[in-house]
Amino acid sequence: MNIVACIKQVPDTEAFIKVKADGSGIEEGGIKWVMNPYDEYGVEAALKLKEANGGEVTVVSLGPARIMETIRTALAMGADKGVHITIDGADAYNTAAALAAAIKEINPDVVFCGQRAIDDDSGQVGSVLAEILGIPQITIVTGFEVAGGKVKAIKPIEGAQLVIESSMPCVVTAQKGLNEPRYASLPGIMKAKKKPVDMKDAAALGISVEPKAKIARMTPPPSRAPGKIIEGDDPAAKAAELVKLLREEAKVI
Amino acid sequence: MAKGVWIVAEQRNGALRGVSFEIASVARKLADELGEEVCAVLVGSGVEGFAPELAKYGVDKVYVADDAMFADYTTDAYSEAVAKVVKENDASILLLSASVQGKDLSSRLVGKLATGMASDCTDVKIADGKLLAIRPMYAGKCFGEIVVESYPQMASLRPKVFAAVENAKAGAVVKFDAGIAADSLKTKVLETQKDASGKVDLTEADIIVSGGRGMKGPDEYKIIEELADVLGAAVGASRAAVDAGWRPQSDQVGQTGKVVSPNLYIACGISGAIQHLAGMSSSKYIVAINKDAEAPIFAKADYGIVDDLFKIVPEVTAAAKKIL
Repeated sequence: MNIVACIKQVPDTEAFIKVKADGSGIEEGGIKWVMNPYDEYGVEAALKLKEANGGEVTVVSLGPARIMETIRTALAMGADKGVHITIDGADAYNTAAALAAAIKEINPDVVFCGQRAIDDDSGQVGSVLAEILGIPQITIVTGFEVAGGKVKAIKPIEGAQLVIESSMPCVVTAQKGLNEPRYASLPGIMKAKKKPVDMKDAAALGISVEPKAKIARMTPPPSRAPGKIIEGDDPAAKAAELVKLLREEAKVI
Repeated sequence: MAKGVWIVAEQRNGALRGVSFEIASVARKLADELGEEVCAVLVGSGVEGFAPELAKYGVDKVYVADDAMFADYTTDAYSEAVAKVVKENDASILLLSASVQGKDLSSRLVGKLATGMASDCTDVKIADGKLLAIRPMYAGKCFGEIVVESYPQMASLRPKVFAAVENAKAGAVVKFDAGIAADSLKTKVLETQKDASGKVDLTEADIIVSGGRGMKGPDEYKIIEELADVLGAAVGASRAAVDAGWRPQSDQVGQTGKVVSPNLYIACGISGAIQHLAGMSSSKYIVAINKDAEAPIFAKADYGIVDDLFKIVPEVTAAAKKIL
């Protein structure tokens, strides 16, 4: 089987994010960069699929020079090859177009993506990629298997879980709960250094970097009005006061 | 010249979902500012009768694709139908809910329409005749103001953030043929496994009572469930509680869990790490009950009690029982 996992390098979730003074972006100095947590579930699913069916796992990633470290992490987990597409900055459509150009050549059976990246939190690329590749998608899945030449996935919706079947090839986007991503072993890390990583340039792939969705400005989050601490020693009295405030002041119960 | 503020209505199990009225109301407000029409796309099987409800919330025209092949939502069928009618009518703005279906459908439409979209927005407005969308980024550590340069300008709206406002319009039905061969669809729903009956999904709940690391174990959630019962609330959990195996993944609120926007969020034994806040900071009112006065959650709470949750929560239940 040919299996692809798309990965993105993002700031660690603990990272202190500071908006630049002119609102044009975030300060990148001092940030710890990691593999997008949702992409880890995708890489793990790809590796499990290869272990069950044989074949090859290629990880594909877009970004500047620093993302090589994240590609090596995926290779250390067990992926066989990497593709590093350099691009200056792209919105969801152009990112998906660049990924599609590289992925088409691989002719995969399944493409895994994380359900969203925890930096922009947009969640669009997996679906746009599927559209550009002309293949079906199942997004935000917590269960996955291949049986009888079809993909079967579990997709939570509001109040229920769907079991969805798809023909292959298809794109599947991974949600927390899909699996437990493995840690890279020391032998894995050593082997990863020798695995091939193909370098491609987005412009050379014919991908426009002119975004369709532009971030006009970034701002700190809106502040909330300071709250009220209900004081006192008697739990019953404090609880009663809280209920009264929720009923009469906030009017939410 | 692109014109019209369009929405994709969402229906399931024989009824329109509440998010349809939220996005219709937003569309109405934007359309009135632009002097344009609100058009809804309604795809399903046996759904034509829902048009009057959409009209109630400000929709001028309802474009209906009604066919047995649309009985279950599939990305392929719905995205083709919506893309066809939206392209034919040169829509200026296209709004969907950032519900589960909305996320899947809107993102596929970004590809089909080769356009841009601001996802999971908490505010939208018109600036210089164009849509300006405001959305959290980096788990809500900052916000982005997005302008889409291509047409239709797409945005998906976070559920339960925007009010559904009645504003009766014609809601004239225009039926259209999506032109899709039923056997061309590449995915199908094999089974729908409903959650335990009576359980409101967290993303639809008006009130949520949530427990975190301070709960100490699974059995202790009984007091959370009792309070939730009295308030008619759903029960949530922090990542710590889910990873410890005390509560299921589907209960998790936060950056790697669900994003919720209830009227009231009661956080019990939850410290308020940024990753948890990412999932509930859209809540209209936040209550924090935690014995640690330094817990970051208190900075976000509208009302807080610094005390042992095992003493406080049962008392809140008792006090609520008296007045509700």
